[in-house]
Amino acid sequence: MGNNSIVSMDNVSMTYHQREGETHALRNISFDVKEGEFIGIVGPSGCGKTTILSLIAGLIKPTSGTVYVEGKPVEGPSSKVGYMLQQDHLFEWRTILQNVLLGLEIQGKVNEESKAKAEELLERYGLGEFKNHYPHQLSGGMRQRAALIRTLAINPKILLLDEPFSALDYQTRLAVSVEVADIIKKEKKTALLVTHDISEAIAMSDRVFVLTKRPATIKSSHKIELTCDANDPISCRQAPEFRKYFDIIWKELDVHVQ
Amino acid sequence: MFNNKASKKTVSKEHEQYLKRIRRRNISIRFTQIVILIAFLALWEIAANMKWIDPFITSQPSRVIDTLISLNSEGVLWKHISITILETVTGFVLGTLIGTLIAIGLWWSEFAAKVVDPYLVILNSLPKVALGPVIIVWIGAGTASIITMALFVSVIITIITVLNGFLEVDPDKIKLLKTFGATKVQVFSKVVFPASIPTIISALKINVGMSWVGVIVGEFLVSKAGLGYLIVYGGQVFRLDLVMTSVFILVIAAAIMYHIVAWLEKRYSRFYLSK
Repeated sequence: MGNNSIVSMDNVSMTYHQREGETHALRNISFDVKEGEFIGIVGPSGCGKTTILSLIAGLIKPTSGTVYVEGKPVEGPSSKVGYMLQQDHLFEWRTILQNVLLGLEIQGKVNEESKAKAEELLERYGLGEFKNHYPHQLSGGMRQRAALIRTLAINPKILLLDEPFSALDYQTRLAVSVEVADIIKKEKKTALLVTHDISEAIAMSDRVFVLTKRPATIKSSHKIELTCDANDPISCRQAPEFRKYFDIIWKELDVHVQ
Repeated sequence: MFNNKASKKTVSKEHEQYLKRIRRRNISIRFTQIVILIAFLALWEIAANMKWIDPFITSQPSRVIDTLISLNSEGVLWKHISITILETVTGFVLGTLIGTLIAIGLWWSEFAAKVVDPYLVILNSLPKVALGPVIIVWIGAGTASIITMALFVSVIITIITVLNGFLEVDPDKIKLLKTFGATKVQVFSKVVFPASIPTIISALKINVGMSWVGVIVGEFLVSKAGLGYLIVYGGQVFRLDLVMTSVFILVIAAAIMYHIVAWLEKRYSRFYLSK
């Protein structure tokens, strides 16, 4: 494990226990992520992709092996790591600004400065005039953006994105993924994106990990180099290499529809 | 969403007609409702006057009004009404508060919730009014017994409804808070409780009816004052006018209380309904 890696997993295995038996979710997973990298993680559904993110977020502890964030073993949730879930989960009874301040509130860090920064983020990403609106007054794309700003407000170094666009319709999904990739690059965050959308992973990531079926291991890792404007994931989808990566990853996923 | 706002200013002719149609329909519904009420009261009055029915047993609207006036001039009308309402409101508030507090405790400790579960189910299916005589023996024949009765009737169902509300909160919302490092108290105060407010309000709606049942049965048993007392007393001395008058007041008081809760629900549900 390199010292310059911001997130790393060292031989991590994870087993869930239920009355019906035990589920081996992950087996001997090891990887390093460098600061500022955007990692895409794809794999068959139910293979334990979310488990990887939950481990990094400190929500669960691995059965064996160690997870490191900034070189230190993960003990529990920390403000270095921000987590974005499948749905925006904006609270209907809070305004957008109050929603965005949620993380700071929980960490007891709401003050003039942090509040100003949150408002500035809303302003910068086009939600300034909606800060006193309630979530139901916003479109799906805007809601997802607000959810991202809520995650950014605690100023994490690492962002974990757990299929954050899966609840959106296809067009909104494309637009929001462009926005989110753009925001994450501008804010210079390290990101790990779990998705079942191969195109999304290729378009947004610097590297893509392909997982096997349960118990998941890393089957392969692809460094993505597309000849396109890196700030525009839509144009990147038209890059000549895109198809090649797509075909390789598709074959590796070995999807069978029954 | 924002188109709606714009279209409000420039309403098209079709839309105007559509709105008019809806308004007319609502008015005719309300009109029919009032007509049914008036027709019922008129038929009752006429039937009693024509001796189709015996007003000694059935009473009649004019006698109800006379009874109201005489009770009022004797100065006892408000005494009975206020006693019953006070008992009901107290029982209702206590039942809701205590039930919610117990539900919070059971949410906090899953172990405790599992342990008391069968007891709650059995207590819920038990007709609480059966405990009336026991309560009177323990607490004494008075207001305290009646309030306890109302409390008993509403508290179990409150615990069950509110606890279910707490447990139905989206686990991903809780996960979100945990990623921020939230403590259990924060999970409760920031998401579980606010997300359950609609459930708590619907528990309130059930409790209004429950509290009336508890109080009236309590007054039947204790029989000192209140609308329940007037009903029992009227029945015993065969003054059906008094019984009908009390029932009439009861209907109005219960309707007002229900509407207060419904208004509360409307106020708070605007954030929740939209999802």
